[in-house]
Amino acid sequence: MGYRSSVEILTEWDIVAARQLGRNEAKEVGFGTVDQARITTAISELARNIYLYAGKGKIEIERISEGGSYGIIIIASDEGPGIPDVRKVMEDGFSTSGGLGAGMPGVKRLMDDFKIDTVLGEGTVIKATKWIR
Amino acid sequence: MPQEIGRQYKEILRQYVMRQTEQNLYAGQNFSRQLIQKNIAPEDVISIHKAALEEMFPELPMNVWHSFDLLIEMMIRYGLAHAEHQSLIQQQEEMKVEMDLAANVQRTLLKTTVPELSGLEIGLVSVPARKMNGDYIYFLSDNLVNAGVAVADVIGKGIPAALCMSMIKYGMDSLQDATSDPEKVLDIINRIVEKSVDDDMFISMFYGRYNVEKSIFTYASAGHEPALFFNAKKDEFSELHAKGLLLGVVPNVIYKQHEVKMEIGDFVVMMTDGVTECRTDEGFIEQEFIASLIHSLRHENAQTIVDSVFKELEKMQNFELRDDFTLVIFKKTS
Repeated sequence: MGYRSSVEILTEWDIVAARQLGRNEAKEVGFGTVDQARITTAISELARNIYLYAGKGKIEIERISEGGSYGIIIIASDEGPGIPDVRKVMEDGFSTSGGLGAGMPGVKRLMDDFKIDTVLGEGTVIKATKWIR
Repeated sequence: MPQEIGRQYKEILRQYVMRQTEQNLYAGQNFSRQLIQKNIAPEDVISIHKAALEEMFPELPMNVWHSFDLLIEMMIRYGLAHAEHQSLIQQQEEMKVEMDLAANVQRTLLKTTVPELSGLEIGLVSVPARKMNGDYIYFLSDNLVNAGVAVADVIGKGIPAALCMSMIKYGMDSLQDATSDPEKVLDIINRIVEKSVDDDMFISMFYGRYNVEKSIFTYASAGHEPALFFNAKKDEFSELHAKGLLLGVVPNVIYKQHEVKMEIGDFVVMMTDGVTECRTDEGFIEQEFIASLIHSLRHENAQTIVDSVFKELEKMQNFELRDDFTLVIFKKTS
């Protein structure tokens, strides 16, 4: 496991802190400006979901490397209500029509890999990975 | 980011900065089309612009470079919205293809053969408003003495109506006897529909049977549009009324059949509400208008009449059908 740092999400201001952490990490790992902005946007979405639907949780950023490639994983975890219908939240047009912004499909598009693990009544863990191209 | 794109963009930008001509702008716009085809996101376009500018004018103040970073940040969501849009368009295409397939399946499933009896001409036109037809026509004939026709209309249109239709088809398939009485046919179909259809789905149906030997048209209706009967000798239309509850409401309904004697030149016009409720921008097309239209065509053969009526009404509605349109004519010729 690589180097990991984290931000607790309790208030809306923590979203900014999570973004800041993500941007710093992305910059240090070597992502360009556009990818930094993509990673930050993904963090924004994930942190905002925690703030809105779970109340509290955390965003962790982990640096990774594999066969000469470098990247980062965003881990968003909460102990909220869980997502009853994952397929639905992954549908295009579902979150945007509800006014949530880019939503989960947006996060998936911004990153290279996206995994969601949710248990009703226990919480949700989302892992989103991006590699430097 | 392919470096080639950056190089090409820089060249276009260089040209334009030197000379602000329409031609140079046009080159830029053509280039943007290429970028869209290659799925280059808007934030990447700004990044390409920034990179080109850095090479051309490295002496620009830091403030300017910072401002681009804000713009890139702003464009991320535009890029996402664009990508989502693309994927929704693709989904729509897929659904269209599926609908076409389903419409084909429906056509095959609901195929019916127009009977050929000497002394009787049959004209039929049935056109769906959307891809799937919620009107249903089924002929039951021994091709000798009896020709029966069921004209049904599911309240509603599109896919739910079409799915409902297939059930009626199986009900009709179970009736292989062309001599079956209309009241009996409606009774059987009503029981099938009542058992298998949602409470909020209603179907109206008219069943008519013509007997060539007796020249008698026998009919019954389950809440369907009345048929029109044209009496050639009197040169007038009358409505063939028959009372009966819509199909599928309650299991035990007694449908009563009626009959009318046909002479040469007489014909019966059966239709769905797509015909009687034709609307133009000025309002509904009057039933009298449809009757007079058919009247003007009374000497034509049955198929020509239905085709001409459809063409005329389609034109009047600016070629936009609001409901499925079905018209059947039984005309006694000898």
